[in-house]
Order: sequence, then C-alpha cells, then structure tokens
Amino acid sequence: MKKKKKTSAPRPLIGRAGKRRIRIVLVTAIAAFFAVLFLLPTVLTITNSFMSSSEISANYGKIFATTDTGGKVYIGEKVNLKFIPDMVSFSQYITVLFKSPEYLLKFWNSVILVVPIVVFQLLVASLAAYSFTRYRGKFKEVIFFIYIIVMLMPYQVTLVPNYLVSGWLHILDTNWAIWLPGIFSPFGVFLLTKFMRRIPVSVMEAAKIDGAGEWQIFTKICMPLCKGALYSIAILVFIDYWNMVEQPLILLSDPEMHPLSVFLSKINAGEVGLAFAVATIYMVPSLLIFLYGEDYLVQGITYSGGIKG
Amino acid sequence: MKSLGKKKKALRPARPANTHTVPWKQRLGSASFLAPSLIGVLVFFILPFMVVIYYSLVDNPISGNFVFLRNFINVFNNAAFRRAAFNTFRFSVIAVPLAVMLSLGLAVLLESKIPLRSQFRTFFLSPMMVPVASVVLIWQVLFDYNGAVNDALSAFGISAIDWMKSDYSIVVIVLLFLWKNLGYNMILFMAALANIPKEMIEVARLDTSSRAQIFFRVKLRYLSPTLLFVTIFSLINSFKIFREIYLLTNDYPYDSLYMLQHFMNNTFNNLDYQKLSAAAIIMPVVVVEIIGVLFIAEDKFGKDVEG
Repeated sequence: MKKKKKTSAPRPLIGRAGKRRIRIVLVTAIAAFFAVLFLLPTVLTITNSFMSSSEISANYGKIFATTDTGGKVYIGEKVNLKFIPDMVSFSQYITVLFKSPEYLLKFWNSVILVVPIVVFQLLVASLAAYSFTRYRGKFKEVIFFIYIIVMLMPYQVTLVPNYLVSGWLHILDTNWAIWLPGIFSPFGVFLLTKFMRRIPVSVMEAAKIDGAGEWQIFTKICMPLCKGALYSIAILVFIDYWNMVEQPLILLSDPEMHPLSVFLSKINAGEVGLAFAVATIYMVPSLLIFLYGEDYLVQGITYSGGIKG
Repeated sequence: MKSLGKKKKALRPARPANTHTVPWKQRLGSASFLAPSLIGVLVFFILPFMVVIYYSLVDNPISGNFVFLRNFINVFNNAAFRRAAFNTFRFSVIAVPLAVMLSLGLAVLLESKIPLRSQFRTFFLSPMMVPVASVVLIWQVLFDYNGAVNDALSAFGISAIDWMKSDYSIVVIVLLFLWKNLGYNMILFMAALANIPKEMIEVARLDTSSRAQIFFRVKLRYLSPTLLFVTIFSLINSFKIFREIYLLTNDYPYDSLYMLQHFMNNTFNNLDYQKLSAAAIIMPVVVVEIIGVLFIAEDKFGKDVEG
C-alpha cells in the first residue's frame, strides 16, 4: 500500500483512512443489495414450500386460481408475498413424497436422463481431449475449431439435426434421443482440452521415455492430473442438462417421459402449493453440488473463458 | 507402446520400418483416442447438419428439385419468422450490454477489500445452479398483475403494470436472464482482474491517477479480451432465452416474447422441413460470423496484452 507521508497541503476534513472506510461501507452496502436480489427468488421458493395449501391459496390464490374452487377455499383479495410461512408445514412435502407418485417419477426421469450424459460425456471427452493435447497437427486444429462452432450453436440450430438423426436411428421418443447428442456434445471436449494443454508436455514425455504406452500415460498420468477439471466439467454439464427444456419438448412426445424441469411448468393452478415443494426438491441436487463444489465450478468457468486452446 | 491395441500391431508389417513409421503410429494412436468423440459429433451434429443444408435448398426431400434460395426467401417473407427474429434480436440488444456491464460491476465490487467477499461471490453465483423451472413460480408471483412488484411500486405511486401481458414483458425476461447469467460472467471478469499485473496498477497509482482513471486507462485495457469474450458469450446465451420464456408463459407468450425457438417449435409441429431447415441455417450463419469476429479479435487483443 501507499506510504503515509505528511504533505504540506491543508488537512482534509475526512482523512484518507476515513475515506477508505466510507468507501468500503458503501461498496459493501451495494454488494449486499445485489446479494439480496440474487438470493430472493431462491429463498422465497424454499420458504414458500413450507406453507400449507390453505395458506398458499390465501396468499397467491388471486394469481393462480383460474378455476372455480367452489367457494370452499379462502382466497385473499390481494396477493400477499410472504417470506416466512405463518406456520411451518411439511404437508406439501408429505403429499409430494408419499401421496402423488407422478412428481417423484418425473424427478426420476430427470435423473435417468442426466446422469448417463454426465458420465459418458466425461469419458468420451477425456479420450478426445487427450488426443487434441498430445499430437497437434493442422488437421486436428481444424477439427477442434469445428467442435467450438458446434459447441456454441444454440438449440434452435442443433435440434433440427438431432431430430433428423433420431428419426433415422429410430430412437425418437426414447431416452437415447436425449442421451446420445448429450454424450457427444463437444462442450466437455473443449473445456478438458483447454485444461490438458496446460499440463507441461515434459510430464508426459518423461513417462513415455520410461516406457509407458499412450494408454498408460493417459490413465496413469494425464487423468489424475485432470481430476479437478473433471469435477468442474461434471458440474457444468450436470446443471446444463438438469435445466433442460427444449430437447424433451421436441424429442420426447410422450409427456410421461418428460423430466421434472418441463413438468414443473405444467403443474396446474390447483396445485401451486405442491409446485413450490416440487420446485424446491428439484433444486436440491444442484444446490448440494454447488455447496460442495463451488470452487470447482468457479475453476470450470474460468477455463471456459477465451475460446482458443 | 505395448498397450496401444491390436489395430496398430496389425498395421506394423504393412509398412516398411522407415522414417514414416513413428509419426504414423502416433497419429493412429491419437486418432483412436479421438475416434469415439469424432464419430459421435459427425453422426449427431455435422452430417445431419449437412442434410439440413440440403433440405434448405430443395423443394422437398423426396423429389429433391434444387430451388436455391427460394426456401430462404419464403422464410424471410414469413411474418411470424420476421417477428421472431426481430424479437430475438431486440432482446439481445437490450440484455447483452446490461449483462456485460453489470457483471463487470459486480466483479469490481468484489475486487475491493470488503467483508464477506467469498460469501458474496457464492450469492451472486447461486442463481446459475438453480434450475429455471424451480423459480418461475416465484417469478410469476412477483410479476403478476396483482403481484408483489406492482404492490411495491404502488407505494411509490406508480400504477399497476400488467407485466406479462404487455410490452413490459421483455423487462421481466431480461431480469430473469440477468439473474441467471451475471454470476458466470462475473467469475470470468474476476479471473481477468486477478490476472492484471500488479506492477501496472502500482505504476499508475504512483502517477497519482484516481481510482476511475486506473480503471479506465489501465484495467480496462487488460480486460478487453475478456470483455469481448463475455459479450459474445452473452450474445450466444441470449439466443437461448426461449427456455425461460417457455417456462414462464408456456406455448402462448405475449407477442413481444415470440422468439425464434417458438417459431421453430411451431414449424416442428407442422413438419415443414423446408421452412425448418432454412430457418435453422440462418442462425448458424450469424453465429459463425460472431465466432469469426471473436477469433480475429482474440488474436489481435490477446497478443497486444501479452506482448
């Protein structure tokens, strides 16, 4: 920091230290303001999931009650956004978990759709990234560039090709139509290649001189060094697909097969209370991963910065 | 090389043991690592995309008469497509600059020595991990005509706004987009800020530059590659906004929220391959150009800063 030198200038009313303190208080206040805004939707969803259904309809009935409730349920005149329920109730959770199996089935659909994509995309990507790292020729650079273009394409573009292939392979309306494009998505390859290219070549060359084959270098040296990057990519791939909406809408015509992310938007007005509980349950896996893997997530994002390898 | 697999061993006798042997072996070895991924990308992305290009140029897939640009002209003349393209474009123009500036602002905030820095980072990043489907309910509660936001605004004497069913709907979507994406961009900016050589800032400080001057004259120069990357990344992300709109409004959004993906979905339902293909091609043409700009700029700025 700066040297504290007394100057000949007249002393200001507030000293440098005072100014600094004011600045820090101000910056903290701004940060806190944004933090509240960022946390609000998540926190509200969670707290509202602990309301009983009568409390939900009293508070939000005005918004969601499109159907006539027959006068049995009290609906408040105004919408009343509440942070904390009048009475903490687990009734919604009990209904979701034990009484209406369709929500758990949809949750299970999500798991079934996402987990294989994460696991196998990592596997395929590790192999490909190793190849992109070890021997770099003109041809491979071109392929890598094509991968980047495919990676950056929005769904509007990739869905039509996906739909066509699924039709040819007769996997339309099966989970394979979601799995296969997900597994071969170039995103993992791109990120892992960027990471692997930072490993000094000498590390792998030394193993080679010691007589290790490519497969051994890959499994014994490269993969252990990439552990952190693999976690990062797993997190990023997981949240991307846990959040998926477009693919199931087009590739799975049977609503029974849809993941919870799609189904949540279709929960009808009479079940708003349940919807909060289901929404919260759906958040749990990704929030847990976030709590335990935030540093890996940050690392993964940092590596995604900048396009070139 | 023992464990390289049988393919390579079978190849060995076919080639005389001269200079080319080693590179070829290496090339094949590395190709076999790449093969699963490359086959997958070819089958699921590249080849079908070629077919899409073909479809976009013929009158129908069975007769296959070449019509050149007619499908494209039809799509451009389609009022629904034009509206979707315009809405998508307008959303990007509003959302992307906001996303870039605000996330840079957050990164700068967290750069100063404030208490609870890492907690703030966690808070700002958390929306990224929350599935959009989980928060749309609360979004509906907040922005309903009788909702909480109007309630709060009425305290300031502002009359109620029908957020989801008026041109204000774009505000709601932009807010959702920012909420979800600012954290990601912020991390990129934080990494870039941390990479600025400390000496440069010290030198600037000795020149008695003010904080603002240091930021605009020194830091921003070092940030320029990241700035560009974040801009383009946000732009590409803004094309994906359909998801949020669909979850908030289902199949029938307010007019100004009718996006390209809605157009595609409707066309999917009619299975009009020509229209669909032509529409699906216009997008990548735009995206590839954006990526091209990114590459050129990264070449230029990247070296400028490193050198």
